[in-house]
Amino acid sequence: MLKFISQRVLMAVPVLLLVSLFTFLLLDLLPGDAAVAIAGENATEEQIALTRERLGLDSPFLERFWNWVSSAAQGDLGTSLYTGQSVTEAIGERLPVTASLGLVALLMAVVVAIPLGAIAATRPGSLADRVVISATSLAMAVPPFVLGLVLVVVFAIQLQFLPATGYTAIAEEGLWGWLSHLILPAIAVAGIMAAELARQTRGALLDALSQSYVRTAKARGLRPPTVVGKHALKNAATPIVTVLALQIGHVLGAAVTVEFVFAIPGFGSLAVNAVNLRDVPLIQGVVFVSALVVLAANLLADVVYGYLNPKLRV
Amino acid sequence: MQMAVENPEPLLEVTGLSVEFRTERGWTKVLDDVGFSLGRGRTLALVGESGSGKTVTSLAVMGLLPPRGSRLVGSVRLDGRELVGMPESKLIETRGRDIGMIFQEPRRSLNPAFTVGEQIAEVVRRHDGLSRKDAWSRAVEMLDAVQIPEAARRARHYPHEFSGGMCQRVMLAGALVCRPQLLIADEPTTALDVTVQARMLKLMNDLQADSDLSILFITHDLAVVSEMADDVAVMYAGQLVEQAPIDELLVRPQHPYTAGLLASSPDVQGTVERMRHIPGSVPAVGNWPSGCRFHPRCEYARGGQCDSDPAVLLQVGRGRLSRCLRTSELTLQGVQT
Ligand SMILES: Nc1ncnc2c1ncn2[C@@H]1O[C@H](COP(=O)(O)OP(=O)(O)OP(=O)(O)O)[C@@H](O)[C@H]1O
Ligand SMILES: [Mg+2]
Repeated sequence: MLKFISQRVLMAVPVLLLVSLFTFLLLDLLPGDAAVAIAGENATEEQIALTRERLGLDSPFLERFWNWVSSAAQGDLGTSLYTGQSVTEAIGERLPVTASLGLVALLMAVVVAIPLGAIAATRPGSLADRVVISATSLAMAVPPFVLGLVLVVVFAIQLQFLPATGYTAIAEEGLWGWLSHLILPAIAVAGIMAAELARQTRGALLDALSQSYVRTAKARGLRPPTVVGKHALKNAATPIVTVLALQIGHVLGAAVTVEFVFAIPGFGSLAVNAVNLRDVPLIQGVVFVSALVVLAANLLADVVYGYLNPKLRV
Repeated sequence: MQMAVENPEPLLEVTGLSVEFRTERGWTKVLDDVGFSLGRGRTLALVGESGSGKTVTSLAVMGLLPPRGSRLVGSVRLDGRELVGMPESKLIETRGRDIGMIFQEPRRSLNPAFTVGEQIAEVVRRHDGLSRKDAWSRAVEMLDAVQIPEAARRARHYPHEFSGGMCQRVMLAGALVCRPQLLIADEPTTALDVTVQARMLKLMNDLQADSDLSILFITHDLAVVSEMADDVAVMYAGQLVEQAPIDELLVRPQHPYTAGLLASSPDVQGTVERMRHIPGSVPAVGNWPSGCRFHPRCEYARGGQCDSDPAVLLQVGRGRLSRCLRTSELTLQGVQT
């Protein structure tokens, strides 16, 4: 198992390098550079050139990339052009917020989607099945920020059940303070995830339920929850886990808009700010960490596959 | 195999069993008036060509036909209890405890995601309420009884680590672990090669000798029938056409279809020389001819009788049934003298 994990980690290194190189290249090709913006509107050519030198923007491309990679390898992702804060530190502040949001959303999606998919799969063609299919099609068509806005209007403004904006860490206002700020945005993020997950669960379970081992389980008098939740679900879990791993990438995407709607100071809003201000080191760091998160999610999925499918174990 | 008849009532008695499936063209009948009986400690072979309804019959006995996609009339009595119409909450208790079942493709019948030990132990926990630890030891004992070497170690292995023959023995262990009175074996050796098949059959015979297990053995292989069966029930186009003790059936079949099957089975007959084939093929479900369903292929068919009169299952001797309209007039050739 350890060998398998270390192999996968090694395989992730070239992927990270490529992603970083690509971002570096794109940012380099953007018209106008940060020096122009930082030196101020009325700066002279000379001042701009000086700023460029100070920022290290005048050295050759590969040299700059190499410098970045070698410090990134030591956990130093550079310094924000505007705040002067370390990029690693900035991301370290914001990422836990988005991670909270993502985890709560993921948990909500799983808790809702797996039972819905199971209900649909065990009664194909029934009213319940058709309701699940229609509801998931609808949910997939609603973008997270739209769902977020509706939730704010209904539950925060009209009904005043939950706060509309902001975020508090558990350490500040306790578990409920933390959770109450996350419920609405998490639902907004979870909507599409739950829909896709329910669809995948339905399809995978439907397939598993038609297999001979399910007939065996029934012929041995096992109860329907055992037949579905144990025998069929463990076999259906591989595609479900695949979708879950993909969803972790989507959480980062959804976080951008949802954090904006709910004014949550997370990773998504950090990314938006970085792009707006063309804060090159910060953009570079955000992309790098996003890739890291996605790769970690995939690695986790691979480890889970091994547990689910004994044939894959070494 | 044969035991003294202490309890004259058969363990399993199926009468007037008809099953319809819902298809695009409405309800289609696939079983029509099937009846047979299986004595305690005996083995009844259910034989017939592919599509004749053997598997559907076994699923009907188990109460495992799709509840919404099928409907059923008739009677299935197990040990004096009527199973047809029994609520699912009681029926589910009989499955695995009173009736065990094994299937044609052993590897696919086992769950690839769980150890074989777990798949046996869970049945014991379910029906006998044993603790995890005790259920596991029962599972290991049972694996040992079906001759899995190093049972304690192998119990922790997954199905893909076993051969096809071993998978079927594991299936047998799971089917018999709660000591059911009835084992339904649906073509259990068809997918196995010959030596593995012989070992499996011997194992089933041995396990039966140690208990008063009754076996409903579904097959289309007459060589296997002569090896295993005390009695034989022959199915054709969704109907039972003949039932008889094996010795009598082999000597003097009472239905031309049975005679044709025997004649075209080189293994039982011994000589290929006398082999004949039944002309034509089995009519498709929903396309059954009127009168006797076998008449278009039957060399003894008589116009005005066999193609029109309803063919019913008749008692033609002690423990013998035949659906042939002309059975009293015919003397059919068996394979043994
Ligand atoms: N769920 C179902 N829905 C509709 N028709 C079915 C269903 N199950 C079986 N049938 C039909 O019932 C008939 C009998 O099938 P069955 O599986 O019992 O045959 P069999 O005698 O077991 O054949 P084989 O030797 O190939 O296993 C077939 O024509 C089959 O197409
Ligand atoms: Mg069959």
